[in-house]
This record gives sequence, structure tokens and C-alpha cells, in this order.
Amino acid sequence: MSDKKNWPLWEVFVRSKNGLEHRHFGSLHAADAEMALENARDVYTRRNEGVSIWVVESNNITASNPEHNGELFEPAQDKVYRHPTFYELPDEVKYM
Amino acid sequence: MKQHLYNYILGIADNSLILGQRMGALTGHGPSLETDIACTNISLDLFGQVRSYYQYAAKLADDKRTEDDIAMLRQEREYLNVLLVEQPDTDFAYTMARQFLFDVYHYLFLTELQKSTDLTLSAIAKKSIKEVSYHQRFSSDWIKRLGDGTEESHKRMQTAIRDLWTYTDELFHQTEADKAMVSEGIGVDVTKLKDAYYKKVSDILEESTLEVPESKYFQKGGKQGIHTEHMGYILAELQYMQRAYPNMEW
Repeated sequence: MSDKKNWPLWEVFVRSKNGLEHRHFGSLHAADAEMALENARDVYTRRNEGVSIWVVESNNITASNPEHNGELFEPAQDKVYRHPTFYELPDEVKYM
Repeated sequence: MKQHLYNYILGIADNSLILGQRMGALTGHGPSLETDIACTNISLDLFGQVRSYYQYAAKLADDKRTEDDIAMLRQEREYLNVLLVEQPDTDFAYTMARQFLFDVYHYLFLTELQKSTDLTLSAIAKKSIKEVSYHQRFSSDWIKRLGDGTEESHKRMQTAIRDLWTYTDELFHQTEADKAMVSEGIGVDVTKLKDAYYKKVSDILEESTLEVPESKYFQKGGKQGIHTEHMGYILAELQYMQRAYPNMEW
């Protein structure tokens, strides 16, 4: 059972309907890609949640470092022209 | 005819009920969270299938017993499942070997049952076969992983296959109900599944670097209600609530 500790972590992406994008559903452990797909089926898609599954080993994801959040995600607030806030949206346009 | 059909349905349903109970009893004990959920899912699939069979049996019996009464309240000798499905979870290799040896049969059986002239049975078969196809894929994968894994996993899987092999032949024995139902076009002639079964099982065992057992000695009796010593314990757990608190409802 000691090998269990060596099972890598996988990220699971599920497309819930044709036409929609794959969304991150969660993560799980598996020995290889095939087992990851089966586990994803068992853990996340047993109740008609999806039409397609992607799995990717978590190692292969390059993530931003929280310490760099400032430079990445906090643009100068005084440059108002960066934000499209001066447009009047007609009522018919929803979800903006 | 009606009695034969009733017994025939119980024969099919009891296999899935007892295997489902075995897999369900592992909830919380799987080797990893993901595998644990997978085993529970298989159990739920099987319980879903048996409900349809027992509902049909209750309708045929027409004696005020419900699907639950038929599933839960019979005596040991009245259960008609094969011995294979009641074998214990000695280790995870046994659990997967038992599942695999049953799944291959179950898939072949349901493939044929879809052609039954009994519309209820063919409808249940059509609905169940997708699930069973997945069970077979899942358990076959584990046979390969453990068989062709480490020295230890290979040894354990080989032991499990060798031990459970003795219960495989019973799957292809015909009961009185079987014979009557085959002649009506309702039942599946299980004797005809045997070659395909051993071919498929042998192919996967060989792919998994496991030896196909050559033993010609086989156990039987489950289909006649003569069970191994494990059956009483399974029923004790399965029936406890209804026996202790008759007619209780959830």
C-alpha cells in the first residue's frame, strides 16, 4: 500500500453540455491517465453531469504565484480609461 | 410456467443483490478514496438493477409481498445466487477478481437477455448493460494493473484468481427454471455462453501475465440454495433491520 502515496494528483475538467467549455471540477489521485479518467467518471460524472472529460496531471500546470498577485492582478485604479465603464448598455443586453 | 419465471427472475436478481451487498459493505474501506467511490458506485448500479427484477417478481407472485420483502426476507436456502458472488473480500485482489469473473459473465448474459421475448426482462437488460459494460472495464483494468504490477500484487491476484476459479463453472449450470425459460424463448441458454466466457477471461488473464488455472474441479450449489458458510453472515447484515424492527420504514 506504500505505493499509494506515489499516485500523482490529476486535475479534472468536465464539459457539461455540447457547446460549453470544459470547466474545472476538482482533482483526484490516480496511477496513470486511464485510471484518472475512470476515477473522474466515478467521482464527478455519475449523475449526467458531463459529455466529455479531460484529465491533466497537476504537475503539468504552471500556476501563478500568489506573491505576485500585485503585479498581475492589481492594475492602477486611477487609469479609468482601462475599464469600459462609460458605455450605456441597452436593457436587452443581459449578462454583461 | 409462472413459478419457473419467478424462480428465473430471482436467480438473476440474487446474483446482483449479493454482489451489490458485498461491494456496498466496502464503503469506507477502499484502498483509496477514488477506488472506494468506484466500488460503491458498482454496488449502487447493482441495487438499482435488482429493484426492477424484484418489482417484477412481486407482481408475478401477487401475494402482497413487496420488492423489499422478496429481496430482504427470505431464508438462506431460498436465495438462488451463484457461490462466486458471496465469496469474501480476503484482500483487494479477491474483491476485483470476484467482480471480474462475474462481470464477464454478466455482460454476456445481459447481451443475450436483451433478446428475451419477455419485454420486461429485455427492457431491464437493455438498461443495465451500459452499467455492466463499465463494471467489466473497471474490474478488467484492475486485473491488468495488479497482475502485471509488482511481484506482490501479481502473487496476490494470481492467488485470488486460482481460489475463485472453482466457482466459475456454476455460472453455466442450467436449473429447472432455466430450461423451462429457454424453451419459452424468455431465458438465456447459459451453456452457450461458456466458451465465450473462458475465451474472454483467458485473454485478459494472459494480457495481465497471469496463469489461467487448469483445475477441473468446480464447486456448485448456490443455484439450488445450498450456499457456502459466508452466506449466513451476509444475510445477517442485509436483513438485520427488517428482522429486528419488522415493517420499519426509513
